[in-house]
Amino acid sequence: MDPSELQFLRNIAKEIRKRTIDSIGRLGVGHIGGALSVVEVLTVLYYRHMRVWPDQPRHPERDRLVLSKGHAGPALYSVLAMKGFFPEDWLHTLNRGGTRLPSHADRNRTPGIDMSTGSLGQGLSAAIGMALAARLDNASHTIYAIIGDGESDEGQVWEAAMAAAHFKLNRLIAFTDANKMQIDGYVRDIMNVEDLPAKWQAFGWFTQRVDGHDIAALDQAIIAARGEPSRPSMIIMDTIKGKGAHFAEGRLDNHNMAFDYATALEAIRRLDEQTD
Amino acid sequence: MPDIEMRAVYAETLIALAERDPRIVLLEADLMRASGTGVFQKRFPQRTFNVGVAEANMVSIAAGLAAEGKIPFADTFACFAGRRDYDQFFISANYARLSVHLVGTDPGITATYNGGTHMPFEDMGNMRHIPGLTVFEPSDPVSLRALVARSAELDGCSYMRLHRRPAPALYPTGEEFELGKGKVLEDGRDVAIFAIGALMVHEALAARTLLAQDGVAAAVIDLHTLKPIDAELVVRFARKTGAVVTCENHQVRGGLGSAVAEVLGEVFPCRMKRIGVQDEFGEVGDLPYLQKRYGLTASDIRDTIREFLSRNGN
Repeated sequence: MDPSELQFLRNIAKEIRKRTIDSIGRLGVGHIGGALSVVEVLTVLYYRHMRVWPDQPRHPERDRLVLSKGHAGPALYSVLAMKGFFPEDWLHTLNRGGTRLPSHADRNRTPGIDMSTGSLGQGLSAAIGMALAARLDNASHTIYAIIGDGESDEGQVWEAAMAAAHFKLNRLIAFTDANKMQIDGYVRDIMNVEDLPAKWQAFGWFTQRVDGHDIAALDQAIIAARGEPSRPSMIIMDTIKGKGAHFAEGRLDNHNMAFDYATALEAIRRLDEQTD
Repeated sequence: MPDIEMRAVYAETLIALAERDPRIVLLEADLMRASGTGVFQKRFPQRTFNVGVAEANMVSIAAGLAAEGKIPFADTFACFAGRRDYDQFFISANYARLSVHLVGTDPGITATYNGGTHMPFEDMGNMRHIPGLTVFEPSDPVSLRALVARSAELDGCSYMRLHRRPAPALYPTGEEFELGKGKVLEDGRDVAIFAIGALMVHEALAARTLLAQDGVAAAVIDLHTLKPIDAELVVRFARKTGAVVTCENHQVRGGLGSAVAEVLGEVFPCRMKRIGVQDEFGEVGDLPYLQKRYGLTASDIRDTIREFLSRNGN
């Protein structure tokens, strides 16, 4: 990736971050932590790798994304809005009664969402179903899935891990957003899931571990994963929960956090001030 | 005509549907031998997915397949279908408005020697709580064939209880069925017996013969679809007889008895008696032992109805 492409993507990530903070801030409460930690991977996916048609959200040849950690919806909505799946002012309606943008990703409410998620542990299995369908149809699109490290406590994640490898689903590329925190504390203290790469490797996946906020590293990892011929791929991302919002970053209470709009605007101002 | 193995009919029906419609796929969780769908796998190996002993995974995978336009049938024992994968069926399939057809085999006491850990008396109740879900239990091979075909046409999910064993045909070949529309097997004016499933519809018919000997004319209605319930039929026979009895291979709580009581209680309150398993767990035994143990024989039905009718001033 050349420097100008990298800068372009960094700017996109900043814009996604701003919109995520803004949309949650307007409501006054939301899953700011887990949404901000996936901003870079969503940037690289939607602006570098995924074929999507914003005016045809169910285009048969599109690449699919299952946001298994569905509470990160606000970040994905920001991306989809920027890509033109729906008007940007929808972002102002996040989680309000009757909204098209609920807290947890919903395939029936929001254009561009491929699967309804929110009860942790189910999305990776759904992604397997999509990959099996793709194989049946001799299709060549890719199915991406994002799970959390806390979510990896769920047994079903490991049922899916076994099955994807067993079925040799090489078009399935998953990410673990290892932001090291869950609701009640650090993952290592509540229910330790490490050594994650060793686990996924043992389950038969092509496994990589990257800095989840390093756009170039994410891009390289996805390229490598897309080239994997016979195994599903897992990219463990080391991230910071709440990354980029001064009031939330790294705080153990940022999973579902209340903050007023003035705080949101201050965070946005600080992002705009940053030169990277 | 000899009894036909219900599970064989199920597999044949799936094959016939799949021949016509390439979207039909099958999922199993290491119970293919039990559901008898090995023949489907032989015919359509690419369209069969066995996920091993992982029911939750199976159901969410089925949802993913449905999201891509496939029509998945996912089988496991009814005890697991009704409990183990409940959140997955609720959220990945039903909440997500995808069409997944979950099949629970060995309903109620038909789990026999597998005993209490495998004996579902609450699966229909659990399933009834899922918004928009179609819940049914065919009583014979003819209705099974027809209702499976109808379920594949649904815009939405279904849960079917599948009695695996041989069962006699109660309907002529080619009889038409609609989900949500019960069938009157026998008319009668003294008491209306609403039954569901192969075991209890059979026992209800036998009970009707016993009751006739006592001069009691019982109607027997095969209410194969628990949800949406055929409220019109329920009320019609309640008005006609003034005495309603329900029979199910399931707890009296949450299933057919409850569904009928809900209708009558609001529309046409009427004397009612629910026959089924009480607030109990299952246990091992052969079918005759278990029927006696849980009060599910034709003579139990006859005795209960006689007592019910006399107590209520008949």
